[in-house]
Amino acid sequence: MKVLVAMSGGVDSSVAAARAVEAGHEVVGVHLALSRNSGTLRTGSRGCCTIEDSMDAQRVANLLGIKFFVWDFSERFKHDVVDDFINEYKSGRTPNPCMRCNERIKFAALMEKALSLGFDAIATGHYATVEEHDGHLELHRSPALAKDQSYVLGVLTEEQLKHVIFPIGVSASKNDIREEARQRGLAVAQKPDSYDICFIPDGDTQGWLEDKVGSSEGEILDRNGKVLATHSGSHNFTVGQRKGLHIEQPAKDGRPRYVLEIRPKTNQVVVGPQDALAIAEISGSRFSWCGVAPGSPEVAFEAEVQVRAHAEPERAMVQLVDGNILAKLETPILGVAPGQTAVIYLGSRVLGQFTIDATVSAIPAGVDE
Amino acid sequence: MTIYLDHAATTAPYPAVVEQMVDDLQKLGNPSSVHSPGQQNRAILESAREDLARVLGADRNEIVFTSGGTEADNIAIKGFYWAAVEANPSRNLIVSAYTEHHAVIDPIEWLVEHQGANVHWLEVSESGVVNLQELTNLVETRGDQIALISLMWANNETGVITDIRKVVEIAKPAGIPVHTDAVAAFGHTEISFFPGLSAMSISAHKVGGPVGVGALLVSRDSNPVSLQQGGGQERGIRGGTMNSVGAHAFATAARISVSKLATESWGRFDLLNRLVESVAKLVPSAKFSRGSEPGIPDLAHFTFPGCSGDSMLYLLDQEDIAVSTGSACTAGVTRASHVLIAMGRSVEEATGTLRISLGRDTKSQDIEAFLEKLPRVHELALKAGLNG
Repeated sequence: MKVLVAMSGGVDSSVAAARAVEAGHEVVGVHLALSRNSGTLRTGSRGCCTIEDSMDAQRVANLLGIKFFVWDFSERFKHDVVDDFINEYKSGRTPNPCMRCNERIKFAALMEKALSLGFDAIATGHYATVEEHDGHLELHRSPALAKDQSYVLGVLTEEQLKHVIFPIGVSASKNDIREEARQRGLAVAQKPDSYDICFIPDGDTQGWLEDKVGSSEGEILDRNGKVLATHSGSHNFTVGQRKGLHIEQPAKDGRPRYVLEIRPKTNQVVVGPQDALAIAEISGSRFSWCGVAPGSPEVAFEAEVQVRAHAEPERAMVQLVDGNILAKLETPILGVAPGQTAVIYLGSRVLGQFTIDATVSAIPAGVDE
Repeated sequence: MTIYLDHAATTAPYPAVVEQMVDDLQKLGNPSSVHSPGQQNRAILESAREDLARVLGADRNEIVFTSGGTEADNIAIKGFYWAAVEANPSRNLIVSAYTEHHAVIDPIEWLVEHQGANVHWLEVSESGVVNLQELTNLVETRGDQIALISLMWANNETGVITDIRKVVEIAKPAGIPVHTDAVAAFGHTEISFFPGLSAMSISAHKVGGPVGVGALLVSRDSNPVSLQQGGGQERGIRGGTMNSVGAHAFATAARISVSKLATESWGRFDLLNRLVESVAKLVPSAKFSRGSEPGIPDLAHFTFPGCSGDSMLYLLDQEDIAVSTGSACTAGVTRASHVLIAMGRSVEEATGTLRISLGRDTKSQDIEAFLEKLPRVHELALKAGLNG
């Protein structure tokens, strides 16, 4: 196959490229330029957006004897990922920019471009596997469970699965990948993992948002509508947050308060006891099926739902109701925020995903908080 | 075998230059040393200086050897600016155009950002010609504030030529120094370091010399402030051990290039015209960027609406044809050309560009090979779209 490998300059995609070459594919490497003003050297735990990262990727491509190009997706990235991130926060939601990037850039813009230019597939350094069952492609968790990235790939459709390969998806662990990179003589073998949001240079998300969104004074309320304090902008808060509320008046029961809800239209933040963070139901209208769709999703079925990249999957009854995916959780979970993505699993298989629009608390408001 | 059509990026050294370098490299001696081996290499260096001066109609003392065009531009921009503001702090305006090479734009922007300089970017027509009427008006109204005018002789992306003699005519009565970046022009059109011009940048590897050598021509009556002290070499403008091997190679390459120019120029225009006409026939939507404006014969720059330059570059590379989009940043990213943006094109238009640059050995078969692949490459690139 003619395969385009997306090379970030990190160890995972470098080994992925090496394995794609070894598998006998005709491989070309591409580094995506996602930032208009790339830094020179990598800082902190960001791992894809500096010139150093691009050079690292190019060096690996040289060693593998494959051609290498840098393609500019910065305009698209700004529009589809960065601006989306800001707008989601402005709407009081907590977005996942890595998923958005997979959905709109890597497995959309890049894939379309690659296919148009004559490639059969794109390869990335994600930890997940694509398996064929009964003539259909399915996305599954990686055996390297600690690094499993099937969650952020939950947005892939069956059509997209036909054109992706994850050469390191079957690896046992990240250490194996590092060791393999070392043995192959790739200088990126010891390069630190990236964790932070790539487009926020110093990792200070709140400071960055403050800069983009600005500040405007609003109210902090309890669940009964009583004003407890003021704040400088609802985008500074995320559901489940405890610190930085600056409420002088303690709660009746003396227990700490947590952010329960953000109301961007009125610039209000609702707080309450930790128990009230427990969510029993989540739902959302923006959903997709990964691989073949379930036969009759209108009938509630048992599945597992995962709401963050490294959260535990939770048992739930899932159902399509009036164009919304509704998941009733067997055990309530804490700190679920609108905007987050819920990925639906059947065992190790990714069945689909939806963006959470609404949550239902497990515990109704108390009379006096 | 690769068909190389990116000679404006760099071109192969003449075999005679390579042989001469191998020979020179074996001659021990620092040109600044007083012993015989030192003097021997000094002689090589100074004869190179004279040869280069002769080729350009300059005085031998006006040649300041540098590490290349970028260093020459930096010395010109910063050195002349600093000399001007030192003499008169209110002379802090630099006049240039945004179609210049980054080696000119970036030092100017650095001076603006860090040293309080002001800049005026002149208007540029949609074919890339700088508005010299605007320059005339500016010199009339703010001439006493202008530290330096810097305009390139030929543009490295579009090949369009600026009338530098006219620029000097405009600037001279007001006593304003004029620098020209002639890196893309040298060896490709007739140029000279004519009286009235204060400084001119040239580079060896664009004319069949090695990478790592260039020169700034500085008129005898100009005293730019030095960027690099240490040793006092090159009129004190550029300290550092002198590169006699490189200078000699540059002079030889320059001599050969300029001598060929007189005899081969017509043939090169012929090849270029055939290329431009054929592209217009094969891809009617393509646009020859400099239109009918005068330009150098070795550069053809096109825009292909709806295509991304990096798609075309990739597809041509697959066919073993090496071209460029005309602009590349340090990370190898093909971005919208700042030159085309300055010419009033949209970002979309400025993204779908290709620069075909011909070399001394480019044959009509090479052009035919490119033309043969172009329709299919264009079709696929169009399908891939501007960004995805």
